[in-house]
Amino acid sequence: MPAIPADRRPWILLTPALLFITALVVIPMAFILVYSFYENIDLAVDVPAFQFGNWQDLLSDSYYHTAIWKTLRLSVIVTVLAAVLGYIPAYVIAMTKYRHKWLLLLLLILPFWVSFIIRTLSWIHIFGNQGALNGLLNLLGLGDLEVQLMYTEFTVIVGFIHVFLPYMILNVYVSLEGIDPNLEPAARTLGATPWQAFREVTLPLSLPGLAAGSLLVFVLTGGSYVTPLILGGPSDFLFGNLVYDAVVTELNWPMGATLSFALLLLLGSVVILYSRFMGMDQLAKAFGR
Amino acid sequence: MTKKMDDTTRYARLREAVGNGDVDRRSFFGLLGAAGLTTGLSGGIMSAMATQARAAGTELYFEGWGGVVSEALRENAFNPYQEATGNTVVDATFGGENEVLTKIKAAGNTDGHNILHSSGVNWYKRWVDNGYAVQLNEDNIPNLSNVMTAMIDPFRAITPDGLSAVPYDYGTTGIAYNTKYVSEEKARELGANLLLDPELKGKIGGWGGDWANRAWYGALQSGQDPNDIQDWDAVWDKAREHRDLVLKYWSSGAELMDLLAKEEIYVTEAWSGRVAALQAQGHPIAYMDPPNGLAWMESMFVLKGSPLEAAEELLNFMLDPQTAIAVAVGQKYPPSLDPTKIEMPEEVLNLPAFDPTGQLEGLVFRDPMVWNPQEKEQSKMWNRVQKGA
Repeated sequence: MPAIPADRRPWILLTPALLFITALVVIPMAFILVYSFYENIDLAVDVPAFQFGNWQDLLSDSYYHTAIWKTLRLSVIVTVLAAVLGYIPAYVIAMTKYRHKWLLLLLLILPFWVSFIIRTLSWIHIFGNQGALNGLLNLLGLGDLEVQLMYTEFTVIVGFIHVFLPYMILNVYVSLEGIDPNLEPAARTLGATPWQAFREVTLPLSLPGLAAGSLLVFVLTGGSYVTPLILGGPSDFLFGNLVYDAVVTELNWPMGATLSFALLLLLGSVVILYSRFMGMDQLAKAFGR
Repeated sequence: MTKKMDDTTRYARLREAVGNGDVDRRSFFGLLGAAGLTTGLSGGIMSAMATQARAAGTELYFEGWGGVVSEALRENAFNPYQEATGNTVVDATFGGENEVLTKIKAAGNTDGHNILHSSGVNWYKRWVDNGYAVQLNEDNIPNLSNVMTAMIDPFRAITPDGLSAVPYDYGTTGIAYNTKYVSEEKARELGANLLLDPELKGKIGGWGGDWANRAWYGALQSGQDPNDIQDWDAVWDKAREHRDLVLKYWSSGAELMDLLAKEEIYVTEAWSGRVAALQAQGHPIAYMDPPNGLAWMESMFVLKGSPLEAAEELLNFMLDPQTAIAVAVGQKYPPSLDPTKIEMPEEVLNLPAFDPTGQLEGLVFRDPMVWNPQEKEQSKMWNRVQKGA
């Protein structure tokens, strides 16, 4: 049997994945793009058309621009906080000499065994009026200090970080795990303080993981709508909530399709920017290649 | 001929082989994993059970409002119906019928959707207008004769040739308030404007899921007849005023009850039955219907493509006075049965919004001919107002 040329092998191996992505992502997104040109003439009644009314609305209406701004702003806040909060546990797990490191990793993955909705709802029992936090204040005799944290931007951010932090930690951990453990001691022998050794050796080498984690957290936050729906107040919404409104409550699929595609473009452009400045090969580095 | 071995036999033989030392533990678990995978992919026991269930009777898919309403229906209607007929009712919950319409549209068929606990005559009209109605054989639903004429007529006006639903219950969307923080005098004095009391800022809630509900209250607050709104700007101005005081717009009856019970909010518009359920649980929540408060009737709507005879059998079972009254007591909404024909127990007589005359003349319903044409424009407006526009 003739040997397959080496340069074709990756494509042959990639074929199932590419077929899968084409069938489940590219074709549905193409349908969504086509639907965005349709016209909604009444609730749940759309007619095939090729017109730009929906796109015009999106580009000219400040309501949508506000939502885009809110989405980008919140995504940046969540990403930065997740990076800061996630780096420390990732570093601890990567550097620990503890024999059962797998146990720490298991703890990290454990929350995924519980439904995302349940995990989000759990914050109501912590920050709520009769939740654990206010219960603790009461116990300490500080009942008068009753704090109203629920249904604010704060709880939305906490909800996002709670759900997405493991993605950041795992990415950073994998990156840290791939660093030669002799590098930091070598820097120390050359006179670097522990902090200098970390700042000038470990941190730069772990940046690909940090960047990959940040990209994931940013994109996941930007595409969310359930967390603000459950934990936010009236003004805490993201662009995804407008897609929900258009499709489910206004039964205007063409507008929903326009907004969905716009969200794809928005988040896609972030990935392109990442690729432009970091290079997609950094993602591979983040995963220890 | 080789007899096909089932999964249970295969598992028993494998376990026996392990016991005999013929297969090591690692291989056993490997094979067990592979068997699990195969079972998962091929359906295995689940598909066998599903086949048995289908063979035993018809499956009816029901969707409703969740929480105490679902519990009341499951316990008092579906379980006894299943025992009596061998048919199965698979029930699920929705946040609103628009979710179901979206799913059906996306799927292109009504598979997995048979009966809806449909809200109001306006949604009846929408389902009919979208071509999802059926024509029920009323001869198969003799208990329909016990239903109030005042509840059947609005549905029959839309489909004079035959009903696609049976009216099942009714209620009001009034105002609930926590008596620890709001006095009855104040509530009575302010009426619908209690929802705009600046002293309660941050402790007020509202239903976010229905533009018409918000608009109805906006009309009351701006001094207009909700069934004849002339100034929509004034309505949305009131909605904005309300929004600036709101802590949370709730999206389901369960969330409404949770917010009130945990005292996250002290005042909100609320569904009468849910408040009655809270009162039954001992919470200090009072309820009032302001003048011209919103009343609604719910039906059990049968979607096109459903097994009609089984659906009619279920509807008749649900309208049986014993069943309907038990459900009413459970879900805290008065039944559609005519109280002048069927004697109601004390628990039903005391339910909020209950009308002993069977005429429903004291309640104001949403006129679908007025409200439905507004929905496209005004629902969009509400989504914007809700988010700060």
